[in-house]
Amino acid sequence: MFNVERWQEIFEAIAKNRMRTFLTGISVASGIFILVILLGAGKGLENGIAKQFERDAEGIIEVWSGTTTKEYKGLNPGRQIQFRDSDYNLSLQKFGDQLDKKASSYNQWNGAVVYGKETGNYQYRGVNPDYQAIENATMVEGRFINENDLKNNEKVGVIGQKIKTDLFKGKSPLGELISINGINFKVVGVFTDPSGEREETRIYLPLTTTQKTYGAGDKISNLFYTLHKKATYDEALAQSNKFSKELEQLLKSKNVIAPDDTGGVGVHNSVEDAKKFYDLNLYIRLFFWWVGICTIIAGVVGVSNIMLIIVKERTKEIGIRKALGASPISIIGMILHESIFITTIAGFVGLLSSLLLLEFVGPYVQSEYFLNPEVDFSIALTTLALLVFAGALAGFFPAYHAAKIKPIVALRDD
Amino acid sequence: MIEIKDLHKSYKVGGSELHVLKGINFNIKEGELVAIMGSSGSGKSTLLNILGILDEADSGDYILDTVPIKKLNETIASRYRNQFLGFVFQSFNLINYKSALDNVAMPLYYQGIKRKERTEIAMRYLEKVGLASHSHHLPNELSGGQKQRVAIARALASNPKVLLADEPTGALDTLTSYEVMELIQGINDEGKTILIVTHEPDIAAMCKRNVVLKDGVIIDDKMVEQVRASSYV
Repeated sequence: MFNVERWQEIFEAIAKNRMRTFLTGISVASGIFILVILLGAGKGLENGIAKQFERDAEGIIEVWSGTTTKEYKGLNPGRQIQFRDSDYNLSLQKFGDQLDKKASSYNQWNGAVVYGKETGNYQYRGVNPDYQAIENATMVEGRFINENDLKNNEKVGVIGQKIKTDLFKGKSPLGELISINGINFKVVGVFTDPSGEREETRIYLPLTTTQKTYGAGDKISNLFYTLHKKATYDEALAQSNKFSKELEQLLKSKNVIAPDDTGGVGVHNSVEDAKKFYDLNLYIRLFFWWVGICTIIAGVVGVSNIMLIIVKERTKEIGIRKALGASPISIIGMILHESIFITTIAGFVGLLSSLLLLEFVGPYVQSEYFLNPEVDFSIALTTLALLVFAGALAGFFPAYHAAKIKPIVALRDD
Repeated sequence: MIEIKDLHKSYKVGGSELHVLKGINFNIKEGELVAIMGSSGSGKSTLLNILGILDEADSGDYILDTVPIKKLNETIASRYRNQFLGFVFQSFNLINYKSALDNVAMPLYYQGIKRKERTEIAMRYLEKVGLASHSHHLPNELSGGQKQRVAIARALASNPKVLLADEPTGALDTLTSYEVMELIQGINDEGKTILIVTHEPDIAAMCKRNVVLKDGVIIDDKMVEQVRASSYV
């Protein structure tokens, strides 16, 4: 490989056969280029769709309390179960490392809300910051409830867009005071909810403030959890089913409910709804893998073809060289050395130009379903190595064959 | 220099066997200039290919400068070709992307000689064939006669023991043929052993010995009074 004389010989062959070099280079470079762009586009699509369905993907697990139906440990059936902060805290303690988002809420259905001369009856809920993600609420103005609000028992609230239309008549509600069941809260944000107008008639308040202000003590109504995302739907489903079951048992034992009682504690697991997302993501990934593999095959076939043609074209030269004393090994070495050299250089050119394109043009082609096209550099390098290897392999057999041909056959005038 | 005993060679053509050489016996001493003659199909090119270690006989002995040439693998065959033999072909067989100088230097590359020295030696042989001024021309910028001169320089560059020429004037006009023959005679005068395959009587007449092949056997082998090519030029 580091034989200077051979390098000189090869450079000469490359320099004197510009057309051949150029065509080989172009085909390898364009092969790599297309491949990397495709991989990048696939990743972009995957990212975009992942973003679109991100929230749906987090199968939300919702827990509510109900009435017991069975006698248990001397307690009568028909007991109304009431969750408290301690239930929520216990669940965090037990499952904290599995959880992505978690929230608890205290719900009140009838809130007489007054702003100036306008009045309305709305539901209000005491919540914590993660609740925004659980409900998939997007802020239109201002902000959501934050940790500070909870810590300092701030009397602030976030209202739905519908309430803003009803009470504020197009005016910005931020900083305005509204009265809920006679107590004043400052509006710090307006949200919109993809679930529609019904959910936009809610007011979210800090959980702690709500419990204190309305004399709820440490009562809570619902618990919400999402788990860390998994690679496949099956994993996600298994994990979330396991979690739901364990959580249910934990809450039942804490509230003294029979393990087989279907009342008392209700757990709804919406990860089934996430199946669509996981499937879609899987299909996209499969599709681009398929496209990628086909592209690699096309590239390999292309490079192999060129190698075959090159060797065919050089058969006479090989015959001459052999007549002049070239050994078969030196012939094979020369052809492979040259082809690997060209494919590597051309491959890098293709790789670099495609990466530059992705880097500089990528950010400008964002759309709803297309985000951050990118390519794992190591994957790109592997592809390049694969193509170079394939080219070498494809070149080897005809080169080997050509080196075996008797010089008289190669030199025969045709 | 060359000893051949009972050489046989046959080819498979389609389903049938074609017996091309049917027991060839002859010796060539150092410094000879031999013409191997015969009509097409007489086996003369096959004989030359065997002598050139480009092809292998089915049976019989071939001893080249005390080295028996038999059942060589490709690597050794190529080394012997490089050390012992120089080839001149009818169609020149120059590498078309290499300059005249680089073509001549090629056998030296395979001898492992460094570039600088290669170039010097090649230049010397180009001077010898009178083409020093064309050293950087590509083959397609040269005339037929010039190409054959380059090919002869290339064949000589590795200082072989025997020069084998297969119809060296076959692609050339008469005057150019004689010029090439004059060059070959000059090289022979310096003591180089040369074998020429030809079917042209006037070319054969310029050699010192004529071997005539017919249907795979030697039918005539005689010394001739050499006609100097210079008398025509």
